[in-house]
Amino acid sequence: MGKKVDILSNGITILLLLIGMAFLILGIWREEYAIVMGKAINICLECIGIG
Amino acid sequence: MDKKVKKSERFRHFFQVLWAVITNSYLIGFVRGKIYQGKIKNVCVPGMNCYSCPGAVAACPIGALQATIGSYEYKFAFYVAGFMILVGTIMGRFVCGWLCPFGLIQDLLNKIPLPSKLKVHTFKGDKQLRWLKYVILLVFVILLPLYLTDMIGQGYPWFCKLICPVGTLEGGIPLVLLNEAMRATVGWLYAWKNIILVVTILLSIMIYRPFCKYICPLGAIYSLFNPVSILRYRVDSEKCVNCGACANVCKMGCNPVNNANSLECIRCGKCKAICPTSAIKIQLFKNKAEK
Repeated sequence: MGKKVDILSNGITILLLLIGMAFLILGIWREEYAIVMGKAINICLECIGIG
Repeated sequence: MDKKVKKSERFRHFFQVLWAVITNSYLIGFVRGKIYQGKIKNVCVPGMNCYSCPGAVAACPIGALQATIGSYEYKFAFYVAGFMILVGTIMGRFVCGWLCPFGLIQDLLNKIPLPSKLKVHTFKGDKQLRWLKYVILLVFVILLPLYLTDMIGQGYPWFCKLICPVGTLEGGIPLVLLNEAMRATVGWLYAWKNIILVVTILLSIMIYRPFCKYICPLGAIYSLFNPVSILRYRVDSEKCVNCGACANVCKMGCNPVNNANSLECIRCGKCKAICPTSAIKIQLFKNKAEK
């Protein structure tokens, strides 16, 4: 009985999962990955201490 | 009991090395002094792994977050925030303990033997200093890239630029060594970042994971999910004999009996391995018996 997963006490976890998925989908729809890609495929001079 | 802890640590280090190799598998980059430019770089890795590391095959989430909120097109990073919320909700700071190459480096550095006087377990102000990572997250990762912009509204990745020793170690040093054009451009900023790296390395020998405890903004983000993450620890109060072994073995300064899912727990599993009554358990989702 005690080991049963309590849907109510896991409500925040489930809500966060849904928010995370919604954000990710929205980010893909807004093509934000292109910014990530653009930054990641070029040497980031700031990151390595040059720029 | 000690054997059990050593065995669990060996397995964790094997997993950390395996993950570091997989996520930095563009080995030819280390020979040519260039970085991977393939399509996987659309995607972030869960841990701190500089995308300017010659071997990196994916993007650093903290770098990606600053790049997106600092761009003139977007002022909110749904893509990266969504990724972090998902990873954080699924496993919390398990990422720090198992999936972060810089965590692995600090783990290994801390194994270097020193006179016991120089090995610092805790100090006055340790607890207060843990809040610094949240300040760094807010100021250098969010506010400065968002508001300190140039004429076209483009912000800079201030955390990467001024603080992050990961970029210096994984990207700066190999690229400057391998690339002659880069060698010619190093200046005060490169020197500053190398000083931070050297201090981080020296402190890591004395203190367990100082970067994770006090500086890392990614650890700060994931820590907020620890109390609600799907993957979690539970202490069976009927089995627990309050011997204190779990609190003594924890190098992050947690006491699982008081809070099995504290903000600082990196799910390394040492407490679970040392528990004489096997009272500490890993579980998925919170169950009714949990306090």
